[in-house]
Amino acid sequence: MSAAAALNAAWLRLQAWAEQRLPALTRLRAKEPLPIRLDRRRIYVVPTWFGLVFASMLLIMSVGALNYYNNPALLLTAVLGSVSVLSMLIAFRTLDGVSLERVQAGSCHAGDPLPLELGFAASPRRRNGLRVEIGDVEAVLAALPGEPLRATLALPTQRRGPLAVPRICLWTRWPYGLFRAWSWLNPQIEALVYPRAETEAVPLPQSGREAQRSVVQPLGEDFGALREYRARDPLRSIAWKASARHDRLLVREPENLIGEDYVLDFDALPALDLEARIARLTRWVLMAEERRARYTLLLPGQRFGPDIGSAHRQRCLRALALL
Amino acid sequence: MRLDRRQFDLAALTVLCGVLLHATHFPLWLSVAMTGAIAARWLQRRRRPDWGKPPALLRLPLTLALPIIVWLQYGNIFGLDPGSVFAVGMLVLKLGETETPRDARAIATFASFVLMTALLFEQDILTTIYVGLGVIPLLLLLRALEPDGRDPAQPAARALLREARSVLLNLLAAVPLAVLVFLFLPRLTAPLWATQSVPQGKTGIGDSMSPGNMSDLFLDDQPAFRVSFVALAPPPAAQRYWRGVVLWRYDGRTWSRAGGGPLDPGRQELRALGPEVVYEITQEPSRQRWLFALDLPTMDAVGYSRDEDFTLAAARPIDKPLRYALRSAPRYALGGLDVQQRRRALRLPEGFNPRTVALGREWAQQYGDPQRVVQAALDLIRENFRYTLSPPPLGRHAMDDFLFETRAGYCEYFASAFAVLMRAAGIPTRVVIGYQGGYWNETGEYMVVRQSDAHAWNEVWFDDRGWVRVDPTAAVSPDRIEIGSAANAAFNRWYGSEWLLALRNHWDIANRLWTQIVVQFDELSQRGLLRSVGIEQADWRELGIAFALGMGVLAALGLWWAVRRAHDDADRVDRAYARLCNRLGRYGFARAPSEGPADYLRRLLQQRPQAREALEPLFARYLQLRYARNDVADAAAREFARAVRRADLGALHGS
Repeated sequence: MSAAAALNAAWLRLQAWAEQRLPALTRLRAKEPLPIRLDRRRIYVVPTWFGLVFASMLLIMSVGALNYYNNPALLLTAVLGSVSVLSMLIAFRTLDGVSLERVQAGSCHAGDPLPLELGFAASPRRRNGLRVEIGDVEAVLAALPGEPLRATLALPTQRRGPLAVPRICLWTRWPYGLFRAWSWLNPQIEALVYPRAETEAVPLPQSGREAQRSVVQPLGEDFGALREYRARDPLRSIAWKASARHDRLLVREPENLIGEDYVLDFDALPALDLEARIARLTRWVLMAEERRARYTLLLPGQRFGPDIGSAHRQRCLRALALL
Repeated sequence: MRLDRRQFDLAALTVLCGVLLHATHFPLWLSVAMTGAIAARWLQRRRRPDWGKPPALLRLPLTLALPIIVWLQYGNIFGLDPGSVFAVGMLVLKLGETETPRDARAIATFASFVLMTALLFEQDILTTIYVGLGVIPLLLLLRALEPDGRDPAQPAARALLREARSVLLNLLAAVPLAVLVFLFLPRLTAPLWATQSVPQGKTGIGDSMSPGNMSDLFLDDQPAFRVSFVALAPPPAAQRYWRGVVLWRYDGRTWSRAGGGPLDPGRQELRALGPEVVYEITQEPSRQRWLFALDLPTMDAVGYSRDEDFTLAAARPIDKPLRYALRSAPRYALGGLDVQQRRRALRLPEGFNPRTVALGREWAQQYGDPQRVVQAALDLIRENFRYTLSPPPLGRHAMDDFLFETRAGYCEYFASAFAVLMRAAGIPTRVVIGYQGGYWNETGEYMVVRQSDAHAWNEVWFDDRGWVRVDPTAAVSPDRIEIGSAANAAFNRWYGSEWLLALRNHWDIANRLWTQIVVQFDELSQRGLLRSVGIEQADWRELGIAFALGMGVLAALGLWWAVRRAHDDADRVDRAYARLCNRLGRYGFARAPSEGPADYLRRLLQQRPQAREALEPLFARYLQLRYARNDVADAAAREFARAVRRADLGALHGS
C-alpha cells in the first residue's frame, strides 16, 4: 500500500516536472481564451497498460501461429491487431474537433461543491465515452451529431476566495480501452467561493448605529409591488394569483416585506478572529435575506447597503469572500 | 468498481464461446462440466449478485483439480490437447472470480488466445468463421467496459444491437490492414519449437486393414483430397482408382504393410499403355503419411518417397493441407517380381481360415490356370454374396465365416477374402487400399474425393501379364464402381436434389479456395506476391519495400479519415445550392455575386418562364432550409442535395 502511495507520489512529481519543462506537451502555462478547439496538434494518444498487455498477448499469438504455420490463426491475430490500431484512430476522433465554448462557474460556500458548467459546441460527429476531468472530478459525455454538449462538474471547495480551477483534462479510452487519447485545456475560469456560514445561528444584531424603523406596508395584490420573474428568484416569492391573471410569472418585490433594517458591522465583533467574523457576517447576510429585511454590511473601508435582493447579497458575499 | 449485469453477461458469453469452439475435441463430459460451471456462475451473479465471487474454499480445489483432470485424461500436461484443456479451464475459472473491469479485461485478453488455439485443431473455413464470430462478444465486452456516457435508460437490446453494429464495422474496416500484415509478415523457415502433429481428430486411410475398420470412413463425407487435371479430362469412373497403401502381410485378421524397400528406378518395369494423365492433388490433413495417386503413378511426387509397390509416402504424418503434382498411366503393364516379393505375396498365417485355404488349393488343382482361378473366385462372389455396409460380425476364422456363412460385407471383406483365396491357390496377391471414385465438380472444374470413397482392392500377379488390378467388390456391386460411393449410401439420398447438389458444389469450392489461398499460403506464395508487378521471385528486400508501401497507403488513409473534418449539414445545403447555381450558369444564367436567391429566381423566371416548374420548388426548399430554421435536419439536407442533383433543367434552353 505504501509502495503504491510512494509510486503515486513519484508519478505526481514526474507530472509536475513535465508540466514545468514541457509546456508544449502539456500546454499548461498560459491561460487560453475561449473557445478552445481541439485539433491534432494538441491531442496525445498513448496505449494504456491494458493495451500493452493485450499487445503482448497478440505478439504471443502471432509467434504461436507462425510456429505452427497456421495461417487462419495468424489471420485472426492480424485482425485483432488491426482492430486495435483502428481503435487508436477512433480514440483520436473522439477528441478531435471538440470545442469548449463556455465555462460558467456557479456559486457556493466554502466546503460545498462548486458547480462548474462546461459548454461545448455542436459538431457533426457522434462521440462516445468522452470524459471531462477536473482534478478528481469526472464526467462521462456522449455527443450526438449536431447537438451542443453540456457537462456540469461539482468541484470540491475548502477555502473562501477565488478558486484556482485546475486545468481541464479531456480524455477517452473509447472504444476498447486499449489507447488513451487526451488533451489539456486551460481556460480562464472566474470562480469565487463564498465564505463558509457560521453553523450556529447567532441572532441578528438588533440595534446598530444606524438602526432605523421603517413602515411595514400591508401585503396586498397591488400591481405596483410586482415585478417580472427573473432567474434565481426564490419560488416562494412568486405571486401565483397575480401571475395567473397576467399570464406570466410575477414576483412580489421584497420591499413590501421589510420589517426593520439591520446593520452588520465587521468592527462590532472584536471578540472573534477574522475567519469567525467573516463566517458570522456571512450567516447574518443569509439570515437577513431569508427574513427579507434590508441590511447594511460594513467592512473595513467598505460599505454595502442598505439594500436587499440577490444582487446586494452577491455583492456582500463577494466582498466577504475577498476580505 | 464492480461489473454491472451487461458487462458480466458479455464476459460469460465470451468464455462460453471459448468452450464451445473447443468442444469438438474435448471429451464430452468436460465440455458439459465447463458449460455447467459457466451457467452456475452466471445464475449466481444474476440471482444473488450480493454474494460476490465464490469463496476461495470452492475456487481453490477447482483450480487444483484442473491439472489433475488434464493428467488423468491425457496422461500429460504438455502438448496441444492437454494445453487447450488447461487454457480453457483457466478461462472458466477466471470467470468464477470475475468481479471487476480488470478481471473482465484479463478474460478478454486470454479469450483471444483461447480462440486462436481452437484454430490449431481445425483450420477449415467453417471453424475459422466460428472463431471469427467468437471475436464479436470479446470486442463487445471491451466496449461495455468503457463508460460511453449515453443515457443508461435506453433498452438493453437496442444498445447491444448498436454496439454489435459498431463492432462489425470495426472488424470490416480492420480487414485491409490485417490482410496486408498477413500477406507480408515473414514466415518462419523452421519452427521455433517442435510442434507435434495433432493426435486426435479425423483420420484418413491408415496403414492396415482389418474387417470393420473402414466403416467409419464410409460415413464421413469430408473431402479426402481434390484433384485438378492439367492436360486431360478426368478419367472415366471405372478408372478412378486412387492408389494409397499396398498391404502384403496378413496375420489372420489384419492386413498390414511389410517393409518393402524404396523403388529402384533401374528395375522399374512399368509401361504405360495409353496417354498419361497429368494432375495435381490437394490433400486434406489425414494424420497419416500416405499420399494418393491415380493408379498407377509414373513419376514421383517431388519430395516424397515412392516404394517398390508404388506406395507414395511423406516423411511425417500430414497434418496440414498438402499439394503435389503427379502423372499417371490409367492403363499400364507392371512387371518385376523377385523371389522375396513372391514369397511375401504368397504367405498366409498358419492355423487360420482352414476352409478358405482348402478351397483355394482345390481350385488350383481343378483349374490350374491362374486366370481361371481368379474367374472362379469372382464368379463365386458375384453369385452368392451381398454388398452391405453393416455386415454381421465374424469369428476367429474371419474369412471362413465370411465366405461360407455370412456372405455379406463390403470392399474390405471382399479384398481380404479374395487375397486369402488366391494366396492359397498359389497366386501372388496383395491388397491395395485407397479411394475409388470421385465427384466431378462442374463449376470448379476439379474432382473431389471424399473419405466415403475409401476402397480396397487387389493386385494379382500373372506370370505373363505382371501385376493386374482385380476388384472383387466390382463383381458383387458394379454400381459401387460405376456410380461411386453414393450408390451404397442410402442415408445420403437427401442431396439427390438439384439445388442441394449445387449448394454442395459451391460450398466445396469455397473450402477449396480457402485451403489454397489461405491455409496453404507460405513463404513460397509470399515470394510470388509481386508477380503482378513483374517480379517473379521477390526477395525479402522487395517484399519489405512492398510492405512498407502498403502500410504507407493504409496509414495515409487512416490518418486522412481520423483528421478530416466532416462537413456539417448546413454546409451540405450550401454546397448543393452552389452546385445548382453552377448548373444554371452552364445555361448562361450565372448568379451575380450580389444576387440573393429570391432575386436570382425572379430574374431566371423573367427570362425563362417555362422553367418555373423545375426551379420554384428547389429555390423554395433552399430558402426554407437556409432561412426558416436554425438547425437543419440531416435528412432534409441530403434530400435537398439529391433534388439538386436530379433536377431536370432542360427547360432553360432558349425557346
